[in-house]
Amino acid sequence: MSGQTAAAVELREATVAFRLTGGRTYTAVEQASLEVADGEFVAIVGPTGCGKSTLLNVAAGLLRPAAGQAAIFGAALDGLNHDAGYLFQADALFPWKTAIDNVAIGLEISGTPRTEALTRAQGWLETVGLGSFTQRYPHMLSGGQRKRVGLAQVLIRDPKILLMDEPFGPLDAQTRQIMGNLLLELWSKHRKAVLFVTHDLEEAIALADRVVIMSAGPSSRIIGDWRVTLPRPRDIFEIRLTHDFHALHREIWGVLREQVMKAYGQGGQAA
Amino acid sequence: MPRLKLLALQLLVAIVALGIWQLFSTVPIAGKLWLPPFFFSTPVDVAKQVIAWFATGVIWKHLVITLWESMLAFALGSAAGVLVGFWFARQPRVAAVFDPYVKMVNALPRVVLAPIFTLWLGLGIWSKVALGVTLVFFVVFFNVYQGVKETSATLVDNARMLGMSERQMMRHVFWPSALSWMFSSLHTSIGFAVVGAVVGEYLGAAAGLGYLIQQAEGSFDVAGVFAGMFVLSVFVILIDLMVSLVERRLLVWRPQAGAQPTD
Repeated sequence: MSGQTAAAVELREATVAFRLTGGRTYTAVEQASLEVADGEFVAIVGPTGCGKSTLLNVAAGLLRPAAGQAAIFGAALDGLNHDAGYLFQADALFPWKTAIDNVAIGLEISGTPRTEALTRAQGWLETVGLGSFTQRYPHMLSGGQRKRVGLAQVLIRDPKILLMDEPFGPLDAQTRQIMGNLLLELWSKHRKAVLFVTHDLEEAIALADRVVIMSAGPSSRIIGDWRVTLPRPRDIFEIRLTHDFHALHREIWGVLREQVMKAYGQGGQAA
Repeated sequence: MPRLKLLALQLLVAIVALGIWQLFSTVPIAGKLWLPPFFFSTPVDVAKQVIAWFATGVIWKHLVITLWESMLAFALGSAAGVLVGFWFARQPRVAAVFDPYVKMVNALPRVVLAPIFTLWLGLGIWSKVALGVTLVFFVVFFNVYQGVKETSATLVDNARMLGMSERQMMRHVFWPSALSWMFSSLHTSIGFAVVGAVVGEYLGAAAGLGYLIQQAEGSFDVAGVFAGMFVLSVFVILIDLMVSLVERRLLVWRPQAGAQPTD
């Protein structure tokens, strides 16, 4: 496999199973195959509990598939994926470090001298609009501001792949849109392969080049793959009002709806 | 409530309480003293005793001894608690093996150990330090153990994805987490260090505040007992104030309840 044409992330019939207490196994994802090209923005959408995050953790190397394989730029993934930056759904900033230290740490641990790391961290905080909040501790920042710091923390290491697990999930609607626009702006400047997990179809279409739909769990599969041809650069506020957006949304929702209902029919306790 | 008014009211409580005490212990009402000075002493006598201690300077020796014992007990107990807590949290197997014994020792009222420590370590400060250590150790140990074990899984995953090695995780994730849990039990553990020192002194010593109180009690010197208690409580309040200052300095990153900003 040549390094030039290989996908940034490739999952080949990846199956992920967890051992439950009592010896039974729970298959979260079954034979999922997915390719993310270099510089491509792919969103995974599915009902709650469908194993979206599981798939992301496989791509990150945090989880090992029971069967199948993950490959990063053509090389089979063994252990952690060092080409990837991961933005988590829950708060993952170090609470005992200030905003600037939280961002600089990614460079410091790989040996960058502290003063240089701090200068670059300052730059990144300015990029995400927090130039005057550098000395704040995470608890002194709002949810949206913390996500910005998180984004800077991941991007300062310049990963080739960006994995995002419902990163804007806990934010309110307006903040989510602002964060979405910020993400698109940064992505257009520093083209990376993005794998973005969300349960919000609108968000997925507005952001991504491709939208991948997963079926309801357990044993979820990938059941659909749409190319989003909406023009870029996009503004998430505006794009939702266009005709093409609605047409695509209706088409995908037709498939997704059934899975969402199925997920709720199974008890919906995962909501 | 304005600060000054609050202070005035707080003072008033002390004045009224002391006034009643003085009144009932010196002025006969309906032909008898309600608080006989032999059992209750009087505020004036207690004050005289306190002043005499400080004027002659005898109290300093005892204060320094108690302070020294408390500090040693706190330092040794905390260090052991952090280390063992950290070790157990990172080695679940070790924790599982020792679990019943930890519970057993912790269930023991520590006072019963005092005679043994006196036997082993003599009447000097070390038997008191040992008693304090057994109290401080468990407070810190349980806090650190729990804290490190419950370090957010997301935080650990994030650290790994940022490329931290096992050693860097220790330094940037587990260690700060353990220390923050140690500091969150600072008030309790320092309080226990003082309790260990004073109880130890009370049960057998040649110096210290506990010894002072015990001596006064042995000679039915009630004023001396109350004076000792007064000095002891002021001593503890001063230490507590210092802990609060240290805490404010070290835990700036900690959220205060209700201080969360919103979007």
